[in-house]
Amino acid sequence: MNLTLRIWRQKGPEDKGRMVTYKVDDVSPDMSFLEMLDVLNERLILQGEEPVAFDHDCREGICGMCGLMINGNAHGPQRGTTACQLHMRQFSDGDTIDIEPWRARAFPVIKDLVVNRNAFDKIIAAGGYITAPTGSAPEAHATPVAKADADAAFESAACIGCGACVAACPNGSGMLFTAAKVTQLSLLPQGQPERYTRVIGMVDAHDEAGFGGCTNAGECTAVCPKGIPLNTIGRLNRDYLAATAKRGGTPGS
Amino acid sequence: MAVTGILLVLFLIAHMLGNLKIFTGAEAFNHYAHWLRDLGTPLLAPGWYLWIQRTVLLVAVLAHIGAATVLALRARAARPVQYAHRKKVQGSYAARTMRWGGVIILLFVIYHILDLTTGTLNPVGDATRPHSNVVADFAPERWYVTLFYTLAVVSLGFHLRHGTFSALRSLGQQTPAGERRARTFALVFAVVLTAGYLVVPFAVLTGLVR
Repeated sequence: MNLTLRIWRQKGPEDKGRMVTYKVDDVSPDMSFLEMLDVLNERLILQGEEPVAFDHDCREGICGMCGLMINGNAHGPQRGTTACQLHMRQFSDGDTIDIEPWRARAFPVIKDLVVNRNAFDKIIAAGGYITAPTGSAPEAHATPVAKADADAAFESAACIGCGACVAACPNGSGMLFTAAKVTQLSLLPQGQPERYTRVIGMVDAHDEAGFGGCTNAGECTAVCPKGIPLNTIGRLNRDYLAATAKRGGTPGS
Repeated sequence: MAVTGILLVLFLIAHMLGNLKIFTGAEAFNHYAHWLRDLGTPLLAPGWYLWIQRTVLLVAVLAHIGAATVLALRARAARPVQYAHRKKVQGSYAARTMRWGGVIILLFVIYHILDLTTGTLNPVGDATRPHSNVVADFAPERWYVTLFYTLAVVSLGFHLRHGTFSALRSLGQQTPAGERRARTFALVFAVVLTAGYLVVPFAVLTGLVR
C-alpha cells in the first residue's frame, strides 16, 4: 500500500505547529498503525530529519499510552480498538490519512503527537483510590459482592486512561474517564467509606483542570477503546447528587 | 439545565393541549383562551395567573440560557486548538445541534410572542379573537410564516429528543436498560410534541380549520 500522511508537527509546547505531508510506500496491510509510523520514522532518521514523536508503550491495547486522532476519529476508524491495535488493512491503497494529537486545553501538546495527560493524574489524586491497610491479599470471599455490581465495576475498571473520550468530546469534557474512575470504586463495598467525598473531589479536580462540561452527547463512548458505556456518567451523576445533598459540597477526602 | 428544561417542557405540554382545542371550533377555542385569563379567580385577580406563569417561564428560560452559555463557553475554552480534520458525528445528531437549535427556538419564541400574544406582527392581531388570529396567521398566502413555524418546531423536536434524555441522565438515570427506555421515551415524546404543534398550522393551511 502507498499512503499519503498529513501529520501534525510541533517542535515543542511553544511552537505554533503545522500539518506536514509525507509519503509512505510499500506499507503492508498486516502492519499496525504504529508500525507504519515506525517505518516513516526510520526513513526520516536516515534522511537526517526529526522523527515524528508519538506516545506508545505496550502495543497490545492495555496500557493507554497511545492515542492519535486519525482522520478525525480518536484511535482511528475501528471501534473498540486502540491506535496500536489498529491494522493498516482498515485503510486502502492511495489513502490520505490525517494524524493529529488529542486536542484539549487540559492536554497541552509536548511535541508532535505527544500530549501531557497529567490532568488525569490530578483527577485520580483527588479521590480515585480507597484508604485501606495494605499487606497480603485478603481472602476473596471475605467480602461478598453482588455479581451485577462486580460486573459493572469491572466494566468501569477497564478504563485505560488513554484520553480518547476527551479528544472526541465536542465539549472537551473528561467526564467518561472521571465517571469510570469514580464508579469502579463506588459500586464495591471497599469504596463506600469515601464514596461521596470521592465524587465531589474528582469532579472538582476535573473542572479545575480545564475540561469542559458534559452534555451527554455520547461521542466519548463511541470512540472508547474499552467500550465504557455512557450510563457510567449517570452513575456518577447520581453519586454527585447524593453527595451534594449529604455533605453539602465538602470537597476532597 | 435539566430542572429548568423540565419546567419549560411542562409548559410545552399544556400549550400543545391548548392549541389542539382549535379542532373543537372557534367558539370553544376562544372560550379556552379567555378562561386562561380568568384562571385562579376569585383567589387571584383576572390575568394574575398568566403573569405568574409568565414570570416563572421567563426565569426558567433565562436560567436555561445562562446554564447553556456557561457550558458553551467552557467547551470553547476546553479546546483552544481545533482539529484540522473535522470528524462526522458519531453520537446523536440531536445532541450536536442543541446550541444552534436553541438559538433558533429563542428567535422563534420572540417572534411567536409578538405574533400571537401581543398581536403586533399578526394580520388580525385582535386579543379578543385568538381563533381569527391563528387562522389569519397560517393562511396559504402567508406560507413563509408556516415555513418558519415548521422549522422552529422541528428544531424544538430535535432539542427535546436530546434534551429529554439528557435531563433524565443528569438527574441520575444510570442503568443500561433504563438508558434504552429513556432514549425511546425521549424520541416518542419529541415526535408527539412536534406532531401536536405542527398539526395546527397545517390544518389551517389545508383549510381544515377556517
